[in-house]
Amino acid sequence: MQRYSVQLILIALGGLITYLAYEEAIDLYIISVLMFMGVNIIMSTSLNLVNGNMGEFSCGHAGFMCVGAYVSSVLGVLLFSKNKILAAPLLNPEMAVYFFPFIIIAGGLAAALTGLLVAIPSYRTRGDYLAIITIAANYIIISAIENMNIIGGSRGFMGMKRVVNSMEDVLYLPWMVIWVFVFTIGTVWLLRRYTSSTFGKGVNAICQDEVAAEIMSVNTNKMKTITFMLSSGLAGVAGGLFAYIIGYVNPGSFNILKSTEAMVMVYLGGMGSLSGAVIAAVLFTLLTEGLRFADVLLHYLWFVPDSWHYSQVWKWVIIPLILIILMQFRPEGIMGNRELSDLFPGLKRFYKFK
Amino acid sequence: MQNTQAPSSTSVLEIRNMTQRFGGLVAVSDFSINLGKNQLYGLIGPNGAGKTTVFNLISGFYQPSQGRIFINGRPTAGLKPHKVTALGVARTFQNIRLWNDMSVLDNIRVAQHGALDYGFLQAVLRTRSYRDCEARIEKEARELLTFFELDQYANELPTNLPYGLQRKLEIVRALSEKPKLLLLDEPAAGLNSVDAIELIRLVKWIHENFDISILLIEHHMDVVMELCSQIKVIDFGQTIAEGDPEEIRNNPAVISAYLGDDTI
Ligand SMILES: Nc1ncnc2c1ncn2[C@@H]1O[C@H](COP(=O)(O)OP(=O)(O)OP(=O)(O)O)[C@@H](O)[C@H]1O
Ligand SMILES: [Mg+2]
Repeated sequence: MQRYSVQLILIALGGLITYLAYEEAIDLYIISVLMFMGVNIIMSTSLNLVNGNMGEFSCGHAGFMCVGAYVSSVLGVLLFSKNKILAAPLLNPEMAVYFFPFIIIAGGLAAALTGLLVAIPSYRTRGDYLAIITIAANYIIISAIENMNIIGGSRGFMGMKRVVNSMEDVLYLPWMVIWVFVFTIGTVWLLRRYTSSTFGKGVNAICQDEVAAEIMSVNTNKMKTITFMLSSGLAGVAGGLFAYIIGYVNPGSFNILKSTEAMVMVYLGGMGSLSGAVIAAVLFTLLTEGLRFADVLLHYLWFVPDSWHYSQVWKWVIIPLILIILMQFRPEGIMGNRELSDLFPGLKRFYKFK
Repeated sequence: MQNTQAPSSTSVLEIRNMTQRFGGLVAVSDFSINLGKNQLYGLIGPNGAGKTTVFNLISGFYQPSQGRIFINGRPTAGLKPHKVTALGVARTFQNIRLWNDMSVLDNIRVAQHGALDYGFLQAVLRTRSYRDCEARIEKEARELLTFFELDQYANELPTNLPYGLQRKLEIVRALSEKPKLLLLDEPAAGLNSVDAIELIRLVKWIHENFDISILLIEHHMDVVMELCSQIKVIDFGQTIAEGDPEEIRNNPAVISAYLGDDTI
């Protein structure tokens, strides 16, 4: 029983949030912050797999998020909502409630295939070169979508709210809250299982000494391919959820700044620490929302013009500043490369999160 | 002409006329060797002679510019190192290359990558094949550590071990892959004389107790003379002598390669 307490707590937590959202007992704003937290957890843990566990330097994570967001959005809208491209939905909108998780997974698969293209140069290059390649990939993806007028180009794409609405019409539940929760837990659980297996530890071996790994029987190219595809696929899942939470996507929201956010979370949490990546994502979400809140407070001052939005301006001063301070005083991040259970071995009695 | 013959069926390692060039530098030139079962073969030569390069060529890290390599009768041409390892070769490195952020036990476990009978999906779904395989690997790894009296360090990081034990662990990690051929690159390098003697004794013991052939690079002539039945001496990539310890000891080319600079 004790060993299942994490599972029980998670189920209780998920149930509670869902219930509160259902009863509209908590503010919609807080609900959306919680959902962005989930998306951020998926982003940071999945990037941590490549940048932390494998020790590569991928800088274009938002590119994969973009692929996932667009594929699940376009797919969902074409299938379950009237749209500009095909006019009528391909399937009965009532079906959306069953197909939604598959739409998200389809976005993840598309992103994973894109990740495959980035995995190939990683066979030969590491470090700076790979960083440049992934940044380039990020730009290529965004520019490609900006030039696809059929899905809205740089104006963006919408209609996802209608899909969510038709899900709610069938059965009124806070579907997005539920699915974000499920996919977030699923991601962490998947990554935990992968990295704790002997197979997945090959990724750490590559990070520490790639030559030794290859010579000691690790198929390094295969491991890199799997790891890149898993990481980018999960970013695609995050993108799909993000698109359906907001109900609108545009290529600009997946630019290099978004990739940087994911990297900041990884470095904040500690390279290679899964629990660190989760903690960092939670803190990061609270911080960015806190800035927004500070902005609201500032506007109570009479001399602050209404049109000024400090949080957006200062966000990219404060976040890099945090990074600099972190690198100065705790370069290994909040958790270093340890997990919560390494810091508190007593915790192990309480869970079997594998 | 010799190159076209089939590899000898009894040899564990056969190299024919192997040459390796790095740009203009010929690091290994026309190198041939034939290692039988359970043989302990010594490879010696002055600094920069090309010994480590020979190991890198055998393990598939470089593809030879010329010549062919057979392991247990199978050609290694075009194989990636992990595939060469799968043919039954394991090695250690001149500068220890353990995975230092992983426990001693995990160092042994990850070296079983080639012998895993499950993949990504099974790992994530924790299927029966996954659990059985992990249980087997863990059991064997612990047994091996106990066998070599390293079990008390199972959960330590390698860097916390004394240097001599790190050298030993690297050999144990190589052995854990159940190789038919073990390549040891200066296993006693950097050790004080007491630890070095201990380590050499370990090599001898492994040779006597495991069904394995060993190719040993070692700087100390006396050690090689004592351990090895056959010795090959290279200098500037060229083979300058080969034979049993007695022949090597009296070979004028060897004496001048090793003592040449001093006697001038
Ligand atoms: N990748 C490489 N590129 C260029 N030159 C190399 C490379 N690897 C080795 N060499 C050169 O090949 C020669 C042989 O090197 P090797 O490391 O095989 O010598 P060694 O016999 O192992 O020497 P030591 O006793 O110092 O370990 C040296 O001159 C070295 O500089
Ligand atoms: Mg050497």
